Amino acid sequence: MELFQYPYMQRALIGALVIGLAAPALGIYLVQRRLALIGDGVGHVALTGVGAGLLLNRSPVLVAVIVATLGAITIELVRARGRTSGDLALALLFYGGIAGGVTLVGLSDATSAKLNAYLFGSLTTISPQDLTTIVVLGVALLVTMLALRPALFAVCHDEEYARVAGLPVRALNMLIAVGTAVTVTIAMRAVGVLLISALMVVPVATAQQVTRGFRSTMAAAMALGLFAAGSGVWVAANADTAPGASVVLLAIASFLVVAVAGAGWRAVRRRRTTTGTAVVEPPEVVLS
Amino acid sequence: MNAPVITVTRGAVGYDGRPVLRDVSLTVTAGEVVAVLGANGSGKSTLIRAVLGLVPLHAGSVALFGVPLRRFRQWQRIGYVPQRLGAGGGVPATVREVVASGRLARRGVLRPPGRADRVAVDAALTAVGLADRAGDPVATLSGGQQQRTLIARALAGEPELLVLDEPTAGVDAASQEAFAGALRGFVDGGGTVLLVAHELGPLRPLITRAVVVHHGGIAHDGAVPEPAGHHADPDHDHVHPHGPDEPAGLWSS
Repeated sequence: MELFQYPYMQRALIGALVIGLAAPALGIYLVQRRLALIGDGVGHVALTGVGAGLLLNRSPVLVAVIVATLGAITIELVRARGRTSGDLALALLFYGGIAGGVTLVGLSDATSAKLNAYLFGSLTTISPQDLTTIVVLGVALLVTMLALRPALFAVCHDEEYARVAGLPVRALNMLIAVGTAVTVTIAMRAVGVLLISALMVVPVATAQQVTRGFRSTMAAAMALGLFAAGSGVWVAANADTAPGASVVLLAIASFLVVAVAGAGWRAVRRRRTTTGTAVVEPPEVVLS
Repeated sequence: MNAPVITVTRGAVGYDGRPVLRDVSLTVTAGEVVAVLGANGSGKSTLIRAVLGLVPLHAGSVALFGVPLRRFRQWQRIGYVPQRLGAGGGVPATVREVVASGRLARRGVLRPPGRADRVAVDAALTAVGLADRAGDPVATLSGGQQQRTLIARALAGEPELLVLDEPTAGVDAASQEAFAGALRGFVDGGGTVLLVAHELGPLRPLITRAVVVHHGGIAHDGAVPEPAGHHADPDHDHVHPHGPDEPAGLWSS
């Protein structure tokens, strides 16, 4: 525990906890829309922003926020068009993003260690300024996702219905796109662009195995994200492993534990119900 | 004559250059219960989607409550019941959560739900007979119960006009009766209804007027036609291949 006396470890822990809480709060809307991997794509695009920032001697995180936001808006526009070629357009954007990032980082004076810090995260090198950015953007994101939950749920659940209800569907979709970009950029310092999607999606996947509603899934996913982030940093500090990877591995471990426990629980319940009288639903009859 | 609720004037709709509706005119006035009938692919679903602005018109115009569709903003006056619940992603949602979405048109995006919202959601759940399933995930419900969830969502917004797309397709008998009961309550309260149907079933006594869409035009507008030919046979099995008769939307992709 004495490691956490050092300010850099405290910053790592606080940063990880904010991201652990905020990433699933946004990720649940992406899972709901079956766009679970979009965060991965935006992460690839953000890397070009990092490269541009390093090359221009500007804050890489700041430039990455701008570039990732532009990328996320482009992805949303392609999605809203609903064209079949959207799939390929996304692929171009993803691989263009990562190739551009690697090239730009290479052109700057940055070392490959610097590139690695953005690819896989580097929690222990978070500066006080970085932490301020993470906390301010993370809290803003969290408040928005929680306050607009009914409207965002409606849009992600049934977009046509939301349009007929007169909701500002395009603005809400853009909000999710921009929120994805913000999450990706603040999480980049913690888990890296290659592992960001895991923190947005895995806690949601874990939670929804046992929850019944959207609200309870969101709450459980945020709790799981917080747990994975906190315990991941603790394990990394004690076992001297990479913090980002440790956080993601713990999130996946929680998923497996819940999956196995859930399957066992269902099996036990099924055995109990089959011993009693089976409840059979009336068959669906179509009247003429 | 009552005030017009829906006015379609010489409307035309096409997908990718293929005309689906040509020169269609239709007026629905307050208090009417109008059924749009027709074969699969006749354009009947497209007609109500055009009325709601979900598909653009190539020609002609639509007005809702006397206001041109482009300028229409009072969406809380309309309750829409789609054909089926969207796949909705993998995240579970309870029946109550889905029905509560119906309050958003009235409440707005920013205001948190209040007491009036809870009361309206409870009333809508009771009207369709799903009050005991409010806390269950919608994915665990039967097709008919899911359909009732969707009508409850529309009723929760306390609309003046209900627009329903094939509300009884593939729905079990108990749900059809519950559905007809909920609709009757809405009509008795002075509501206006436009519904697309393949077969009317227990809804038939409620219908005041039928519009038959055939090959993109209106072939009949008046009394509900009697079933003819093999459709009149009581043993006729009304199971038709419900293939997608229109391109997949954003939502279904």
